[in-house]
Amino acid sequence: MKALIRCTVNDEEHVVLADPRDSLLELLRDRLGLTGTKEGCSNGNCGTCTVLVDGAPVNACLMLAAEAQGHEVVTVESLSEGTKLHPIQQALVEYGGTQCGFCTPGIVMSAKALLDANPRPTEDEIRHAIAGNLCRCTGYDKIVAAIAAVAATEGE
Amino acid sequence: MQEFGYERPDCIEAAVGLMREGDTRALAGGTDLIPQMREGRRSVGRIVDLKHVPDLIAVFELPGGGLSIGAAASATIIARHARIAADYPAIAASVRLIGSVQVQSRASLGGNVCNAAPSADGVPALICHRARARIAGPDGAREVELEELFTGPGRTTLAPGEILTAIVLPPVLPRSAAHYLRFTPRREMDIAIAGSGVWIRLDEQGAIAEARIALASVGPTPIRAETAERKLVGERPSRALLEEAGRLAAGDARPISDTRGSADYRRSLVSVLTARALAQCCRSIGVEVDAP
Repeated sequence: MKALIRCTVNDEEHVVLADPRDSLLELLRDRLGLTGTKEGCSNGNCGTCTVLVDGAPVNACLMLAAEAQGHEVVTVESLSEGTKLHPIQQALVEYGGTQCGFCTPGIVMSAKALLDANPRPTEDEIRHAIAGNLCRCTGYDKIVAAIAAVAATEGE
Repeated sequence: MQEFGYERPDCIEAAVGLMREGDTRALAGGTDLIPQMREGRRSVGRIVDLKHVPDLIAVFELPGGGLSIGAAASATIIARHARIAADYPAIAASVRLIGSVQVQSRASLGGNVCNAAPSADGVPALICHRARARIAGPDGAREVELEELFTGPGRTTLAPGEILTAIVLPPVLPRSAAHYLRFTPRREMDIAIAGSGVWIRLDEQGAIAEARIALASVGPTPIRAETAERKLVGERPSRALLEEAGRLAAGDARPISDTRGSADYRRSLVSVLTARALAQCCRSIGVEVDAP
């Protein structure tokens, strides 16, 4: 039996009919068409489904869509402006921190959450912040360098 | 996944009322429950979301100087809480080991306790601090030593219809400190194959007046290393003493061998982790001891 869920996604109010078994990830991808957030493991290990809920980075696969009722969700789609990339996205491109790109939306959201809370992170803090995001391609070092570069130019 | 109902009570009484019917599960962070449901390991007819009950997420001072931590408060909230970070740093540090930043945004310390994995990283520091568990159920409220909740892997004394409502910490004692160390095969996102939580209190002469050691992942439940504790009491800290306590703690451990680690390896980890955690406690109290 479907339920009506009212939530804010990327600053837009949505009222969605969802199955109570739907995860937030399924709500975003299947019901709202926001496919930037990826499904990797569905059990909270890989982090490709990372979104911000009330500013905090969260695995969307571990939240029920029903839990999002009354909360603010931010997905990767909100970061770029048309073809203009967000600084985190631009840095990942420039530093080679993205190859196949599948982990990248989750990495971007974890990095955004980090820099929003801590504009001048140490390397250890960067690595801790992305520890919940698995990447099979890059070996992480270029991702860390990209995030550090954004912090250096954007952090006060 | 079978269909289930989803309820969002706004008070403990309503939550307990909803928990009465069979196959009803409490939902806090969902980081254990949701994967378990997806994998078919738990059958759930109804989910009761506890996160909108203010009493279950509140962290507040108790008369007498202790602290109450709402069972559904997230690891991130707990780690960043000024009072917990300042006065119970081992607990703040422990919750930062659970899963990942994303998991910690949702996972609750209460859920870490109630899921009752022997490897639960939030638990040893709580046991060391003599935490108590407040429980509400159809027959009323009760309070027990948190350590006594655990009966086996994934099992607690919570009766059907009961929910953990708060974790209660006693006031911090002078010249005391706690520390938790764990070993994971991978650096991140892994389950501990051995963990040692330690708490000591020194008397005015610098001897150990009290010691509590709680071990994770080396038994069917978290276990106290009581032989090691008894060795420590009455002695002044020294590297040799801490190493001996570590060896005794390894003897108190009851690990199994599995694909993640052998029993022998887990015992040797307990020995080293316990000694190091004790050394860290001494340092926190201002007593320098060589770390083993």
